[in-house]
Amino acid sequence: MKELFIRFVVGGTVVSVFAVFDDLLKPKSFAGLLGAAPSVALATLSLTVLKDGKAYAQTEARSMIVGAIAFFIYALCVSRLLVRHKLSALAVTASSILIWMAAAFGLWCAALR
Amino acid sequence: MQTSLDLSALGKTKWYEYALRFAFGGAITVAAGLIANKWGPGVGGLFLAFPAIFPASATLVEKHEKQKKTATRLDRTIRGREAAGLDAADAAIGSIGLIAFAVAIRRLMPLLSTWLVMICATLACLILRRDLVSAETRGRLRGRRKRHRPEHPIENR
Repeated sequence: MKELFIRFVVGGTVVSVFAVFDDLLKPKSFAGLLGAAPSVALATLSLTVLKDGKAYAQTEARSMIVGAIAFFIYALCVSRLLVRHKLSALAVTASSILIWMAAAFGLWCAALR
Repeated sequence: MQTSLDLSALGKTKWYEYALRFAFGGAITVAAGLIANKWGPGVGGLFLAFPAIFPASATLVEKHEKQKKTATRLDRTIRGREAAGLDAADAAIGSIGLIAFAVAIRRLMPLLSTWLVMICATLACLILRRDLVSAETRGRLRGRRKRHRPEHPIENR
């Protein structure tokens, strides 16, 4: 339970710091970069190395490459749907999580399993 | 292109929006840890690139753009959605930096201390993103200038 609490606080803090910089940075084209910041990865991998060691973190990083490719596909789809079809941002970003899931697990099964 | 910090933007974000981001970030970090414990680091690692805060930040971009009182209500809605769409396009470029981050972690972890690896990987990610966005913005501007230039300019005699 204590470990989960530490994870929650560390993860929340790192994500919030990146999000604040996301708000402050100008021009906005640079700020959008931090929307895909490695904030969750930074927090999780640091805690993973402390608990499970470097080899475990390296395996997670290998899968993260696949997850990041899935994020690229997800963000492209979201961008297209919002710019071309002018749909609601919340509806598009939330429903497109399924695209991320399909891409991430599809690539993982094909390349790493 | 020059980058700068706009401190006035801090006041535009409400306290509950910060709380929402904190909760999202904390929850996905806990979830990534639980998934790795249950199904191993192979599956857990996928969730290190999960678009956790992206839906919240895209919705905020849309909302902030809608609140600008420079156009009609319908225009503002469309503008808000377009702004969120452009934010997503930047995030797509940003995810290439995320790939660089993961590759750097994997390659450098056996060679350097953990903190040094984290700093190097984050810098690699942010520098690559900055350069990619600069290149993309330059390309976009060049394309726009080309479109606006007449094909057969009238010569001055």
